[in-house]
Amino acid sequence: MTVKVIALNTFKEAVRDRVLYLLLFFAALAIVLSRVLAVLTVGDRVKVVKDVGLASVSFFGALMAIMIGTGLVYKEIEKRTIFTLVSKPIRRSEFLLGKYLGLVLTLGVMLAAMTVIYLGLVFAHTLRFEARLLLPIAFLFLELILITAVAILFSCFSTPILSSLFALSFYLIGHFSWSLETLIQKTRPGAGRTALQVVYALLPDLENFNVKTEVVHGLPIPASLFLTAAGYSLAYTAFVLLLAVLIFRRRDFV
Amino acid sequence: MGNVLVLDNVRKSFTLGFIPKKRPVLKGISFAVGEGEIFGYLGPNGAGKTSTIKCVLGLIFPDAGTITLFDRSHLEPKAKTSVGFLPENPYFYDYLTAAEFLDFYAQLFGVPKDERAARIGRLLKLVGMEKAARLPLRKFSRGMLQRVGLAQALVNEPSFVILDEPLGGLDPLGRREIRDIILGLKDAGKTVLFTSHILQDIEMICDRVAIVVDGRIRSIGRLADLISENVLFTEVTVSGVDRAELAPLGESLTAQAGRTLLKVYDEERIETVLTLVRERKGKVHALVPRTQTLEDLFVDAVRRS
Repeated sequence: MTVKVIALNTFKEAVRDRVLYLLLFFAALAIVLSRVLAVLTVGDRVKVVKDVGLASVSFFGALMAIMIGTGLVYKEIEKRTIFTLVSKPIRRSEFLLGKYLGLVLTLGVMLAAMTVIYLGLVFAHTLRFEARLLLPIAFLFLELILITAVAILFSCFSTPILSSLFALSFYLIGHFSWSLETLIQKTRPGAGRTALQVVYALLPDLENFNVKTEVVHGLPIPASLFLTAAGYSLAYTAFVLLLAVLIFRRRDFV
Repeated sequence: MGNVLVLDNVRKSFTLGFIPKKRPVLKGISFAVGEGEIFGYLGPNGAGKTSTIKCVLGLIFPDAGTITLFDRSHLEPKAKTSVGFLPENPYFYDYLTAAEFLDFYAQLFGVPKDERAARIGRLLKLVGMEKAARLPLRKFSRGMLQRVGLAQALVNEPSFVILDEPLGGLDPLGRREIRDIILGLKDAGKTVLFTSHILQDIEMICDRVAIVVDGRIRSIGRLADLISENVLFTEVTVSGVDRAELAPLGESLTAQAGRTLLKVYDEERIETVLTLVRERKGKVHALVPRTQTLEDLFVDAVRRS
């Protein structure tokens, strides 16, 4: 109950923040600009619209998660609104979970808005509703709930600018960590290879949530892939949130 | 009557600086707030008033000592269900309107929906903010925020209200209104703990006070017990008498528009002053015996430390 009340208040806070609409505006602009890129391209223009549009949704989704996620908890502490909140009969973990779920709700709504713009643009090209395009967006949502948790974790102990940098690094590392796999294959068995394997296991692999190429090019996607991605996202998110709660639980609000 | 809040040897220090250095803020605070009383917690700036309150509410964790709230550990959410709190310099969600803001807190306490609107209306009226119900908090002045903050502290109909500098940022009229509200809370059988450095307010409404200086309680008890009833000196305002003549009889403080304010320490000398005024055909404008005030006690406590 308390978690729900805090989540809805967080949602209200986020949607009343102008920064969010500015991001949504630029996201819409980027999606529509894929049309311009399509005109400049030789070959299948629809594929370019689909691909660049999806990339825009993905990029701005992550940007929103990082920018709102890193600010919200910090703002509560900095503006001292947390004083009245923590003095109420709520647990700190409930506060954090409420904040997180409120953000996930906000991102869900923003992602839905971007999806409508994106599908509208694709519809203008193909004149049919392509339900299959919802699949990479569902994967993207799984990725965003993880990034939001990471953003909240950093904002529990760091300033928004530093947290944004940390969260952005997490995002970038997550999208390039697959190259470690290639490195592992090329390394001879031994201590070096084991060390690399440990690093690879610890680092997030956000490419698990990337099925853009398969969808745009009409390649098959096994059903188990979504389940694996969902399991991976939920487990990683739970771990990150647990860390956040552990840090937040013993923190003094001076 | 039992105690609502008991602090026993509470200690807290903060680690500050690039090369971490421990700075003790609370050096063994112990006191109890009894049911139904208005307890004034006063001290100079930086004495540890707000830190004590933050410890009670679980915003910071004491290094040592115990805090009991309604016979439970103060960290248990259940202990906080009957507590209302107004922080110092309240900052609230400025994107909410006053009514939305109160509704949010009422929801956190699980107040049923059909009860919330009526209660919020009642509280806004109590603090004189009913006209600002639909205004976002970002447009509020500091005094208005203080009033809405007080309404927020009462949203769960608490039996124990903690107010950190509740009269700061208010004009004289507003201070009087809030003072009346605090007295009204006491009449309704609620317990109030409030901090202030405005001694006049504490003197007017508190049953008991504790004076904290540099993280230690210097003085605690009923106001009547702490302040002595003995006359410290008498202030006599006279005119028509030369200031130089009055000088040996007492401490001459001001001389404006022909009037001299004289501080007479020795009671027998008052008669001498009056005789002198009669002889010189002067006038006595005022004669005020001064007993010890809370201010004297406070200044004394700070000096002693």
